[in-house]
Amino acid sequence: MQISNRTKLFIPAIFFLVMSGLLLYGLGQDPSRVISALINRPLPTFSRPDLFDDAKTITSEQMRGGIFLVNVWATWCPPCHAEHPYLLEISQRESGVTFVGVNYKDDVKAAREFLAERGNPFKLSLVDLDGSLGIDLGMSGPPETFVVDKTGTIRYRHVGVIDNKVWAEVFVPLIAQIQ
Amino acid sequence: MPKLLVIVLVSLSLLAHNSFAAIEELEFASPENEARYHDLIDVMRCPMCLNANLSGSDAPIAADLRTEIYKQIQAGRSDDEIIEFMRARYGDFIMYQPPLKIGTAMLWFGPIVLLVLGFFILRRLLITSRANSNQEALSTDELQKLNVLLQDSKEQTR
Amino acid sequence: MIPELGNFAVMLALCLAVLQVIIPMVGSYTNNTLWMSLARPLSSGLWVFMVLSFSCLAYSFLHDDFSVAYIARNSNTLLPVYYKFAAVWGAHEGSLLLWILILSTWGYAVSLLSRNLPLDMLARVLSVMGMITAGFLVFLLFTSNPFDRLLLNTPSEGTDLNPLLQDFGLTVHPPFLYMGYVGFSVAFSFAIAALLTGRLDAAWARWTRPWTNAAWAFLTVGIALGSWWAYYELGWGGWWFWDPVENVSFMPWLVGTALIHSLAVTEKRGVFKSWTVLLAIAAFSLSLLGAFIVRSGLITSVHAFAVDPERGLVLLALLLLIIGSSLFLYALRAPVVSGTSNYGGYSREVFLLINNIILVVATATILLGTLYPLITEALYGEANKYSVGPPYFNIVFLPLMSLLAVCLSFGTFTRWKKTSPALLWQKVGKLAFVSIALGIVIPLIVTAEVNMGAMFALVLAIWIVLCIGKDILDKTANKADRLSGLRGLGLSYYGMQLAHFGFAVVICGICLTSNYSVEEDVRMAKGESITIGKYEFRFEGVVERPGPNYTANSATIQVMKNGENYLTMHPEKRFYSARGDVQTEADIQVGFFRDLFTALGDPRGDDEWVVRIHVKPFVFWIWFGAFLMAAGGVTAILDRRYRSRKVVRSDIPATDANGSLRPALES
Repeated sequence: MQISNRTKLFIPAIFFLVMSGLLLYGLGQDPSRVISALINRPLPTFSRPDLFDDAKTITSEQMRGGIFLVNVWATWCPPCHAEHPYLLEISQRESGVTFVGVNYKDDVKAAREFLAERGNPFKLSLVDLDGSLGIDLGMSGPPETFVVDKTGTIRYRHVGVIDNKVWAEVFVPLIAQIQ
Repeated sequence: MPKLLVIVLVSLSLLAHNSFAAIEELEFASPENEARYHDLIDVMRCPMCLNANLSGSDAPIAADLRTEIYKQIQAGRSDDEIIEFMRARYGDFIMYQPPLKIGTAMLWFGPIVLLVLGFFILRRLLITSRANSNQEALSTDELQKLNVLLQDSKEQTR
Repeated sequence: MIPELGNFAVMLALCLAVLQVIIPMVGSYTNNTLWMSLARPLSSGLWVFMVLSFSCLAYSFLHDDFSVAYIARNSNTLLPVYYKFAAVWGAHEGSLLLWILILSTWGYAVSLLSRNLPLDMLARVLSVMGMITAGFLVFLLFTSNPFDRLLLNTPSEGTDLNPLLQDFGLTVHPPFLYMGYVGFSVAFSFAIAALLTGRLDAAWARWTRPWTNAAWAFLTVGIALGSWWAYYELGWGGWWFWDPVENVSFMPWLVGTALIHSLAVTEKRGVFKSWTVLLAIAAFSLSLLGAFIVRSGLITSVHAFAVDPERGLVLLALLLLIIGSSLFLYALRAPVVSGTSNYGGYSREVFLLINNIILVVATATILLGTLYPLITEALYGEANKYSVGPPYFNIVFLPLMSLLAVCLSFGTFTRWKKTSPALLWQKVGKLAFVSIALGIVIPLIVTAEVNMGAMFALVLAIWIVLCIGKDILDKTANKADRLSGLRGLGLSYYGMQLAHFGFAVVICGICLTSNYSVEEDVRMAKGESITIGKYEFRFEGVVERPGPNYTANSATIQVMKNGENYLTMHPEKRFYSARGDVQTEADIQVGFFRDLFTALGDPRGDDEWVVRIHVKPFVFWIWFGAFLMAAGGVTAILDRRYRSRKVVRSDIPATDANGSLRPALES
């Protein structure tokens, strides 16, 4: 194929247009948006002590057969404090989902007191003392919430606070979809 | 010689602000393990930072991941196993060196392809150029006449 | 009042810029001498108003005028005076103002220093510069005005300049960097003017060269300063991370280097014209791309300005306008390769072309690597995004640079048009062997161990240096007196050799420090010491030391060299009462042949502390070499040939470098 010399000179312009298209696309993306390697993969197998009773263990097996929202929180995490009242309200309002609390690298006594004082939105509460469960979940840091469906598959990872707006815009459609 | 070095030395005492990784004194079973640890934490990305590796970040999750890597090295895991462990949880995103897959073929082979293309173009130019030099060059006399002609036409079109 | 004055000055500058676009350009097409000569006073006026507006912003900073939103976000009454000044360019809006000030300064310089430029050419060059300035002024006035006021709720105190920026680096790095980035707009404008005029000849190349060299020298210094700042600021021994923001400053530099070499060929031999013009357009386009990427929120980087994507959209539109139209103009108006070139296989033209190929491939690679995460996200979705970091860039970049280093010396020995390979080998063959021998032997003797990386780098560096020496010897061999021979070589030649020498120094610095740095994190009690090479570091304990707004744990480390007391270092950990921060303050002792670095970690038990100690050999050579390269660039500009001289009827010499007559006009 013989391209004329004049036509070859258009190559840089065309290359630039293609690149601009890519840049335009990039402007629409948020580079800090989180990605998770665990989407559509099973919840990692784990077994951790119950927050309120050291003798009991809570395992990943218990998170099957319904929609579970696994919320990772800690008393030393200020956004978790901000998130707490919303979780309380939502957990009381929405009967179709079960909240599970993972207390992350925290002081167990302080965590118990926190929930006793401010209310407990979690049906199940477990302790991840060394953060290893957090690593297994591919976490960056609390607060994070994972949506687990009936088959025990992680469907969504949310980083940051859940408030009413986030709940309505992100979680409600998602939960409807996986039901 | 040492005196010369001293004279040449430019000693500025700089006190620097910085926010670098926690300084950790870790014991390793062997220098190879220590080198492996440093290489691994250099090549892995901190999941929540704005573009920093594990060794250069003071984020809590980075510290946790460094500890995890240290534990796994001590436990005798290989580099591949540790990398796989991290990839399973954080995706390819956590590796600063992209794997060699179909999806990254353009990335890894692009440079060499471009270089080869460049040299093909060079070769083409050389062949054309050699063909040109084989044409008879104008004699000095003819060139002088040509110059005058061209200068004239240049005057006219001004 | 002053901020209003500054705002008004910017608006007037925009008016002048628009006039500068229209009047000289129209004048150049209608042959109206008056209109064309208005280009000079218009660019002077533009510059004056930009200086005025910048001064107003600086004045407001220095007087803590927190009614200006930008100042309230980036300053504080307690900020030292020199940081208040530097804070002018500490964030997006102010640095954009600096950018435009520098753009107008280059324009002003062109108007002052172009006595021997034909008027129509000058008119078009300044008009194009006016277009770029106008575009950026519109962007500033409509989306990023540093003079926006907070008149209803004027705060009494500002938020403060980002603490990481409260450093000497901020005062020097951005100005030099911008001088370089923006300086390529001159070569760009010359290229566009040449395309418009249809006059693309050796004269054009000769006019463009000093401006390109100047911009390149500034950019070299700017990048080096940035790297050095990161090195001592971040304190973990790194000085280049292939961060997207670093990459976008490096790409114009690489293309600028290619441009410098390509311009030399076009000037001397009249070939590669279209290619050189394309490079000139590309260099500035990459600068613009850099400005866009850093300010649009497109990538994740700690260096990026915090800007919203909306501004990014406007900036992208500006980019499309400037770069898009220039590339289409290029496609339509650039001379199609005429086929009059005739150079042999080992000619200097070929080696400079090899230089260009390597540099352009390197640029393309860095562009690819920087944008790749975005590409994979677009093609494969968010979940399959890859990260591309230092391992990738180092693997692909270092071989390219090694190839460049090898070809560099060959290139300087080749003659234009034709060199016999036998002659070439005769000159450099011996030197190649000597370089290999020395490069392997020297590290072996000094360190008593084999280090392939260091040896390879040393071979390349010695090869470059020996060839420089040999070339100088050869060029002065025929003169009766060597000294006069040296004087006759010209600053242009010395500039080249100095820059190449600087490159060799940088190679040494990078590779030796990468291969021979030693880093130790150890737990030490008072009196304990650790030995690294010929240095012994003895920990003398930690004392509490009060500071202006912090208390510090200050360690004393006595350093001994070869058994004798050498110096004392004081790394600290500072606790800032106001914000509750803990900052680690490393102590870096910079030396020409090595840097010593100490930092204090956490206490362990009673009286034991964790301490980090680095010994980094030759790291200073990285920045010293860069400085030499820049000095080489500046030296070349000072050559006699660029000084003002009488305007000659035909700017093209009648004979070429080999002495044979050639046609006066080339297509």
